[in-house]
Amino acid sequence: MIEVEHLVKSFGDIHAVRDISFNVHKGEIFAFLGPNGAGKTTTIKMLTTLLRPSSGRISIDGLDPVHHQNEVRKRFGIVFQDPSTDDELTAWENMDLHGALYGVPRRVRTERIEKLLRLFELWDRRGHPLKQFSGGMKRRLEIARALLHTPRIIFLDEPTLGLDPQTRNQLWAQVRKLNEEEQVTVFLTTHYMEEAERVSQRIAIIDHGQIVAQGTPAELKAQTSAATLEEAFLALTGSTIRDEGADQFAQMRTMAKMWSRRR
Amino acid sequence: MTAIYMLWLRQLKRYFRSRSRIVASLGQPLLFLLALGFGFGPIFRRAGQGNYIQFLAPGVIGMTILFTAIFSGIELIWDRQFGFLKETLVAPVPRILIMIGRTLGGATVALLQGFIVVIICFVAGFRVHTFSAIPLALLFMALIALLFTALGTAIASVLQDFQGFQLVMNFLVMPIFFLSGALFPLAGLPVVLSVLATIDPLSYGVDGLRAVLSSQAHFGATVDLIVLGALSSIVLVIGARLFSRIQL
Repeated sequence: MIEVEHLVKSFGDIHAVRDISFNVHKGEIFAFLGPNGAGKTTTIKMLTTLLRPSSGRISIDGLDPVHHQNEVRKRFGIVFQDPSTDDELTAWENMDLHGALYGVPRRVRTERIEKLLRLFELWDRRGHPLKQFSGGMKRRLEIARALLHTPRIIFLDEPTLGLDPQTRNQLWAQVRKLNEEEQVTVFLTTHYMEEAERVSQRIAIIDHGQIVAQGTPAELKAQTSAATLEEAFLALTGSTIRDEGADQFAQMRTMAKMWSRRR
Repeated sequence: MTAIYMLWLRQLKRYFRSRSRIVASLGQPLLFLLALGFGFGPIFRRAGQGNYIQFLAPGVIGMTILFTAIFSGIELIWDRQFGFLKETLVAPVPRILIMIGRTLGGATVALLQGFIVVIICFVAGFRVHTFSAIPLALLFMALIALLFTALGTAIASVLQDFQGFQLVMNFLVMPIFFLSGALFPLAGLPVVLSVLATIDPLSYGVDGLRAVLSSQAHFGATVDLIVLGALSSIVLVIGARLFSRIQL
């Protein structure tokens, strides 16, 4: 479903992604793990048409995201690391707008919005503006929204960041249910190793822009003779703390948080 | 087409839901009408220029549309910071359609705000010579709205955050308003001011409104229409190009 060969992305002297290759099979839940600044988000941006690779080949459901941008965009749904909803609009309106942008016919749209909002337990709140929603509810809405146009693949970039354990568990249960029901391929990143171990079938670990290991959780543990995935992760990536450079996006996130608090 | 319509609708919904914003943005035009309109009225009359409210109202209408339009365009920075922009940029829709939808939405909001001020002007004593002038006045209002929403969008496509915003306000929006002849007649000005007013796009908007509503014109309605139409097209094209270059 996703094929990546010798993918490279450099920003001037900074080599964010250096020659990575991996495959994600149809219907699989695939975890892409790595410390901060390892190149996870850059890779996701390239897979989702937001960045052009410096070199290498990507194929999403058989299509190249560089040349078939809109075709590829119809085939995936994405939940970004930061919120991407309109807080002034209601849950239903956010869903409806998404469906319209993705060309989902009105009848199908209405049915599918109801199905997904019910699954993610947001149906009763469909008429409320998102500014009244909690962080967990917004996340659930974003996942529901990303699935609205029945994509083949869904990208989840740290979807459980900042959520309480109850919400996290429920969220993964819902994602797994959809993965089984609709055969949607899931590509996720997370910093919670026990989540990755529990949810995903295969894992790739990226560090300093290179893939240092990939395989099933059991294989990774065997390879490093570790008892848990977290130990395996630390064995593979070392235990030094990575300081993510305060790039403009990080600054923007900080600003956004400041503003939303002031409101 | 659906994409344009939905994004246009979104801007309108946001407008109608922020009632405090609507009320707050009416304070300034009211103040201008009251303080300047009635304050300078007697002097204006004594200088032989006639009724100042009749002269000022098109200026205040133009001002309202200018400010609302620029703000609507600049709202793009908001969407960038709060993330909604990503949702639209990753959708399988050409960016030009997204830019058009946003700009039309913003321009419609500015036009609505302009209507409210037209009503306030009528209450303050402003009178139209013939009602047949109204369609043409609407055209001018729409062009002002479109031009400055596109300008706001173009600027916001380049700005990364709010830090440049104050700069834009003080060195672009305020001069555009004060030098446009919204407050004073353009005839017989010192050369510098006269040149500045001539290159100020809002001058043509205000002059056009004045020509059709109060039958007082400096450039003439035809010139105004041509200049505004041409400028709107140019700024829309530039805005669309800058918008399509936004990197997340």
